[in-house]
Amino acid sequence: MTTRLDQDQQQDRRAPFDLERIRRDFPILKREIAPGKQLVYLDNAATSQKPVQVIAELTRFYRDHNANIHRGVHTLSVEATELYEGARAKTARFLNAARPEEIVFTRNTTESINLVAHGWARKFLKPGDEVVITEIEHHSNIVPWQMLRDERGIVLKYIPMLPDGMLDLDYARQVIGPKTKLLAITAMSNALGSIVPLHEIIPMAKAHGATVLVDGAQSVPHMAVDVQALGADFLAFSSHKMLGPLGIGVLWGRYELLDAMDPFMGGGDMILTVSMDRSTWADVPAKFEAGTPSVADTVAFGVAIDYLSNLGMDAIRAHELELTTYAMRRLADVPGVSIFGPPRAEDRGGVISFELDGVHPHDIGQVLDTHGVAIRTGHHCAQPVMSALTVPATARASFYLYNTTAEVDALAKAIEEVSKFFGGAR
Amino acid sequence: MSETLLDDLYREIILDHYRAPRNRSAIDAPSCSADGSNPLCGDQVTVDVVVDGDRIADIGFHGNGCSISQASASMMTEYAKGRTIADAHAGVEAFQRMMNTGEAPGIEGFDDIDALVGVAKFPARVKCASLGWKTLEQALVGRADPVTTDERSQ
Repeated sequence: MTTRLDQDQQQDRRAPFDLERIRRDFPILKREIAPGKQLVYLDNAATSQKPVQVIAELTRFYRDHNANIHRGVHTLSVEATELYEGARAKTARFLNAARPEEIVFTRNTTESINLVAHGWARKFLKPGDEVVITEIEHHSNIVPWQMLRDERGIVLKYIPMLPDGMLDLDYARQVIGPKTKLLAITAMSNALGSIVPLHEIIPMAKAHGATVLVDGAQSVPHMAVDVQALGADFLAFSSHKMLGPLGIGVLWGRYELLDAMDPFMGGGDMILTVSMDRSTWADVPAKFEAGTPSVADTVAFGVAIDYLSNLGMDAIRAHELELTTYAMRRLADVPGVSIFGPPRAEDRGGVISFELDGVHPHDIGQVLDTHGVAIRTGHHCAQPVMSALTVPATARASFYLYNTTAEVDALAKAIEEVSKFFGGAR
Repeated sequence: MSETLLDDLYREIILDHYRAPRNRSAIDAPSCSADGSNPLCGDQVTVDVVVDGDRIADIGFHGNGCSISQASASMMTEYAKGRTIADAHAGVEAFQRMMNTGEAPGIEGFDDIDALVGVAKFPARVKCASLGWKTLEQALVGRADPVTTDERSQ
C-alpha cells in the first residue's frame, strides 16, 4: 500500500528532466549514419532505443546470475528467480495492478492479445457473441479476432475512424450493445498517434457487461497508465517500445479473469502435476508462461521501468507533447507537407504521419536516411487506416523522451532536401 | 548511407523515367494483363500487353508507388515493346540476375535499364525494382494470381 507520504518522497527522488543528461544514457544517439550525419532517431513507435542501464543489466545477469528459474535450490537459480519475479513486481507497481500475479510475461503485444483470444475468448465466447474493435487498430488487434470469427462464428464489428483520425464516438454508442461481449481497443493509434478517449468508450462497454482489452503498445511507453483507473480487464504492451529489450511483452489481466482462462501453450513451468494420463495447471501467472522464459531480457525490462519511473511518466508525456506541438508547427511550414491525424497536438501521442507532395513515402525515407534521419514509411501494420485516408502509405516520425527540437529541425530541413532531390516529380 | 550511394540508387535516368514515365496507360483490350503489388510499401502496378503472333505489339503500365518501382516499370515497357515473347522472358530473367548479382548483364536493349544496377545495394528496394518485371512475366504466362514481391507482409 503506497501512502501519500511515500508518493511525495518518490516525487522528490525523481531526476529533473535534463535532456542532455538523458541523451548521454543512449550511446546509439551519437552514432554517425553517414559522414558528418549523426543519427536522428524518429522511429520510436516501431521500437525505442535502450539506455546504458538496460544494456548493462543484460550483461550483468549473464555474468553474475545466469541460471534457470523456478527450479533449482542452488544460489544462482534462487537469484535468477528473485530477479525475474522482481521484474514482475516492478511491472505491477508501474501499472498500479492489484497484485504481481496479474502480470503475465509474453514475447510481445501480439502474443499478449493472442493469449486473450485463445485463453479467454475461445473459452467464453459463443457463436453470435459480438466483439467490437476499431478501424485504427494495429493488425495485431484485428487479425486474431478475424481468425476467431472464422473459427467460432462470433460477430466482429468495428468503430470507424473520422477523417481527423479520431474515433466516431456516436457510432461507438450504436455499435456497442447488449450482444457485445468484448471490446478490444487501442489506447493510441500507431499510425496517426490519435489518443483514444478510453474514459468515454470503456464505460459504454461496461454498461453492457462486456470485457475490455486495451492494446497499450503505444500508450504505456509514453503516458502514465493506472489499470485501476482505466476500467479495463486486460492490457497488452511490449518492453521494446519502452526502453526495454526486444522479445518481452506483457499481459496484465484482472486476477479472476486470468484464473478462469485456459492455458495457451502446454509444457514445463505451467503445470501443477503431470501423470501419463492427465495434468493439472499451475496457478496464475505460471499457467501462461510455459517453458523457460527470456529471463535476462525480463530482468532488464525491470530496469527500463525503473528508468521511466525515475523520470516520471507525466514529465515524459509533457516533453513529448512539447516536441509534437513544435513539430506540427515546424512541418506545416515545409512546402508540400500534409500532416494526417488529429489537428490538436494534445489529441495525439508523439507520432506524426505525413505525406510530401509528389514523393512516395518510401523515397522520403530513403533520402532522409542519407541525412541520418530514421523514420518509418509504409502502412505501419494499419492497412485499414491507410484505406480510410485513401493513401497507400505514409511517412511517420515518432518521438520519445530523448528527442529534441533540434532533431525536429533536422527532420524539417531533410524533408526540404527531399523536395529538392525529387523536384518536379509528377 | 552516403549521398554518393544515394546517387547510385537514384540515377538521373531513373528519375527521368519517374517524372516522365513511358507507356503509362491502360490498354482497352489487352491480350493479357496482370496486377502486381508490394503491400508492405504500397507499390502497385498493372501491366497490359497486346500480343501479335509471337511479338509484343503494344504494352502499357499504370499504378502508383515509389520512384524505383514506377521508373523500373516504365523502363520495362520500353524494353518489351516490339520484342518477341521469348526475348521479353529473357529480359525478365536478366533483370532478376542483375538484382541478385549487382552486375549489369550488358545485354542488347538494356542500356538505360543498367542504371538500376545500384538498387542491388539496397536490399529493401530490390522488390520495388522487380515489381514491373515480375508483373510482365505474370501477364505473359497468363496466371490470374496477383503478383507480390514482398517476402512477407506485416
